Amino acid sequence: MILAQVADSTAGNAGVGEAIVFWILGPVALAAAVAMIFARNAVHSALFLVLTMLSLAVLYMMQQAPFLGFVQIIVYTGAVMMLFLFVLMLVGRDSADSVVEVLRGQRVWAAILGLGFALLLVAGVGRTMFAVPSAGLGARAGNGNLTGIGQLVFTEYVWPFELTAALLMTSALGALVLAFAQRKPRERNGQRAAVIARLRGDRISPLPGPGVYATANSVAVPALLPDGSIAPESLSEILEGHEVDETPRPPADGHSLQGRRKELEPPSELASSAIDTAPGRSRPTSASEEER
Amino acid sequence: MSPTNYLLLSGLLFTIGAVGVLVRRNAIVVFMCIELMLNAVNLSLVTFARINGTLDGQVMAFFVMVVAAAEVVVGLAIIMSIFRTRRSSSVDDANLLKY
Repeated sequence: MILAQVADSTAGNAGVGEAIVFWILGPVALAAAVAMIFARNAVHSALFLVLTMLSLAVLYMMQQAPFLGFVQIIVYTGAVMMLFLFVLMLVGRDSADSVVEVLRGQRVWAAILGLGFALLLVAGVGRTMFAVPSAGLGARAGNGNLTGIGQLVFTEYVWPFELTAALLMTSALGALVLAFAQRKPRERNGQRAAVIARLRGDRISPLPGPGVYATANSVAVPALLPDGSIAPESLSEILEGHEVDETPRPPADGHSLQGRRKELEPPSELASSAIDTAPGRSRPTSASEEER
Repeated sequence: MSPTNYLLLSGLLFTIGAVGVLVRRNAIVVFMCIELMLNAVNLSLVTFARINGTLDGQVMAFFVMVVAAAEVVVGLAIIMSIFRTRRSSSVDDANLLKY
């Protein structure tokens, strides 16, 4: 109801409904903007910015600019912020900010500067624009909005509009050129060089495979050495620390080769760290909980 | 309620964006703060259009959006290529022109 009432208002000054929407969404936009600055994670920053932009879009619609409101949602929150998120996912390795201050006192000075600037803007705008009569868009606020903008764009602003086309094309080409990564073909080692490198390395034989199918149905299960201890090299580093469901095992009997191992402590520190969360090890869960 | 409140909101958002540009180190977050500043200016343009009773302000806001979209594309491509060569997206690390 409020929205309908607001959409009807074509006057310059805001009605009650618009005031309600403003006093809800304005603080939301401000709070999200502040949270965007202070969020440690860059992805959280992006999501807070999306919130700010969405509230701004609703404010545009309240402000007799329905076309711009939808363009804001489609272009900004839809396209631009998704682009941001894509790049964050590509770059994301060190998306956390560094805490080291390169310039001393930069943050303090930035805060002081921001406060001063805000005071200046608020005082200036508040004094000069306090009782300015607002004309309102009248018939061009609702259904006439899009036709009015179209008329202006294709008559008065046709030259900037054409330039916009050139700008968009240039930026698309520029992005292509900048983001294009030519992959150089890697130099391949010959067989002889590969053999020498392997013989001079730490390990001649290939790494043991994981214990898949031996005791459980998962690559996160380590392989066992002949003495029943765990082969730490059989686990991929990526899998470390991931919980995996263990398939139920048959009870151990003396004749089967896969019989239950003795409760061996892992032979070395490395093994214990690699195996701690792996399920292949049959130790009571309460003990492992305590260890964490 | 007079539309002046929108201008105040726009000014505050612009300030927050400016402080963010000064404070943050991550190039992508700095870029987001620039987007916030552009959005704040758009809000004031829309408000001016309403106060003046003409659509010119809205057309300008529209052009600002187009320019911002183009700028974002190129800027993010630059950030990506810097990241590819220097393995970092911090604005402090891109100091090759310094010496």
